[in-house]
Amino acid sequence: MAFFLETLFGGLMAGMLYALVALGFVLIFKASGVFNFAQGAMVLFAALAMARFAEWIPQWTRIDNKIVTTTAAFILAACVMFIVAWVIERLVLRHLVNQEAATLLMATLGITYFLEGVGQTIFGSEIYKIDIGMPKDPVFLFDSVFEGGVMVNQEDMIAAVIAAVLVALLSVFFQKTKTGRALRAVADDHQAAQSIGIPLNRIWVIVWCVAGVVALVAGMIWGSKLGVQFSLTTVALRALPVVILGGLTSVPGAIIGGLIIGVGEKLSEVYLGPFVGGGIEIWFAYVLALGFLLVRPQGLFGEKIIDRV
Amino acid sequence: MFYRENGQFKTSYKADQQVFPILQDKIGVWLLIAAAFIVVPMFAGDYFYQAILIPLTIMCLAALGVNILVGYCGQISLGSGAFMAVGAYGAFNFMVRIPGMPLVLALILGGLCATFFGILFGLPSLRVKGLYLAVATLAAQFFSDWMFLRIKWFTNDSPSGSVSVSHLNFFGIPIESAMSEYLFCLAVLVVIAILAKNLVRGAIGREWMAIRDMDVAASVIGIRPMYAKLSAFAVSSFIIGVAGALWAFVHLGAWEPAAFSVDVSFKLLFMVIIGGMGSIMGSFFGAAFIVVLPIVLSLVLPAIAGAFGFQISTAGISHAEFIIFGALIVWFLIVEPHGLAKLWSIGKQKMRVWPFPH
Repeated sequence: MAFFLETLFGGLMAGMLYALVALGFVLIFKASGVFNFAQGAMVLFAALAMARFAEWIPQWTRIDNKIVTTTAAFILAACVMFIVAWVIERLVLRHLVNQEAATLLMATLGITYFLEGVGQTIFGSEIYKIDIGMPKDPVFLFDSVFEGGVMVNQEDMIAAVIAAVLVALLSVFFQKTKTGRALRAVADDHQAAQSIGIPLNRIWVIVWCVAGVVALVAGMIWGSKLGVQFSLTTVALRALPVVILGGLTSVPGAIIGGLIIGVGEKLSEVYLGPFVGGGIEIWFAYVLALGFLLVRPQGLFGEKIIDRV
Repeated sequence: MFYRENGQFKTSYKADQQVFPILQDKIGVWLLIAAAFIVVPMFAGDYFYQAILIPLTIMCLAALGVNILVGYCGQISLGSGAFMAVGAYGAFNFMVRIPGMPLVLALILGGLCATFFGILFGLPSLRVKGLYLAVATLAAQFFSDWMFLRIKWFTNDSPSGSVSVSHLNFFGIPIESAMSEYLFCLAVLVVIAILAKNLVRGAIGREWMAIRDMDVAASVIGIRPMYAKLSAFAVSSFIIGVAGALWAFVHLGAWEPAAFSVDVSFKLLFMVIIGGMGSIMGSFFGAAFIVVLPIVLSLVLPAIAGAFGFQISTAGISHAEFIIFGALIVWFLIVEPHGLAKLWSIGKQKMRVWPFPH
């Protein structure tokens, strides 16, 4: 039982991180109808930027205070992501207004390759460490109930808290601020929003900036857990089924989908894996999402936008 | 100019419905095929075969398959690598398990395995489209990656998942030298390209294009979406499967599941985008571009860097390749969504009306 709970917690924590990446997808799709395949590349790019800035800032300024350098690196990396968002809007999206969704998807594939190449050219392609000073020791919960307790990684818990705070902030931003209202208006109907004076281009820049910051946070957490390296881009591929499961347009969907996929992956790997040769984590999420698509094409919380033939 | 159809009158429907109704086109294509079969082997060296010609012919075939699905039927697929893998491992299994299996039959059977796999993973296309389908086909990719790594039966119980074939022969003629490998791949390519060209301009191809352009309207005029979509998946994955088997058998010789990773799927999609969606010719242009570009870059970039007095590492070259691929895809999507094939046809049109601009 304790082992089951450990697996469950592990799954929930992993799921929270998937949800964080998935959130980036959902934000951009909600506000512009672009299925942003480049989210994974953005996570890599942001994490690379942050890791390298944290390394470079002490060399540049001779300040050797960890909190200061980490904060400065985060802010600098966020600025870099703003620039990336602006450039993408300016050079790519502006020219592809009113194109088919499939064309936009392929354009983001191009952006993916471009960002991966540029990121590794500027920041290098070794494995870098992001150290934001998270405690690494495991803690044991429910000592009194189970023998030996349930082992949980403190790092994972902090990561989950950060993710939860970010989600809460985003919900407030979307629901309460003027910009958030404009974003939702654009999501509902581009033309109607434009006709009442909401500048579409600026909204897109804002959304991509927000997605960039979400990518930065996701990259920071993943990077401090596993190190920053090229394989970080595959995180995005892991987050795709989450978006499908949760529904493309739903923020809560991304989170619940992430948790379901995280838990499902871990449990299936532990309890189902041994029967079929292991390693099923890779495709389990996809096949789950695929099965789900057949039953409910719009996902758990998605709007019913698919017109069936 | 010589490229003009003045005076070529058609007096029968048969003449009007030729693949190449213009005489110059017909002669040009025959000359091209003849050059590929006769002139190229007179000059090419082993390196040229191994590094460029063989990968190029096989990738042309694969891109052709992807183009049928993505370009003609409008079903975005990110799982083409999986279809290649299924074709390769399917053909491998027929080859090693049935003694005396002819190569051509093994290729066809491998292609049929891919067809079955393609139809299976094409089923979601009946319910979902566009973005959702792209993710659904990714499922095929990851599933096949896992399947060929973990299920030992497919790899004939080889411990690392890597397998090999040797002593290929085409009805008794050994395919051992680089030249014979090239000619074999080229022959397969020509045969399948001609079949595909006829398929896409026939009734079934028109159904695919109707589904691509507007599926609701297509079903209103009596096209069965299920039949059209699944047949596109079937034909496309058959061709991709044969290409995968050739890639594994002829080009690689020995391979492991990683040879057909998700990267291959992306590259195939890029070939179709850059070459031109919905064009047989475009598949060849796209494949040529994607196969040759890395080789050109690896030759040109160090020279350019050297001219400015600094060195560029192999990692740097591969990053540059990423950047250029990415930028090109975006550029093509914005400026010329119909790809290189469109540029080609613009060029032909200009020649037809020369010296007048319109």
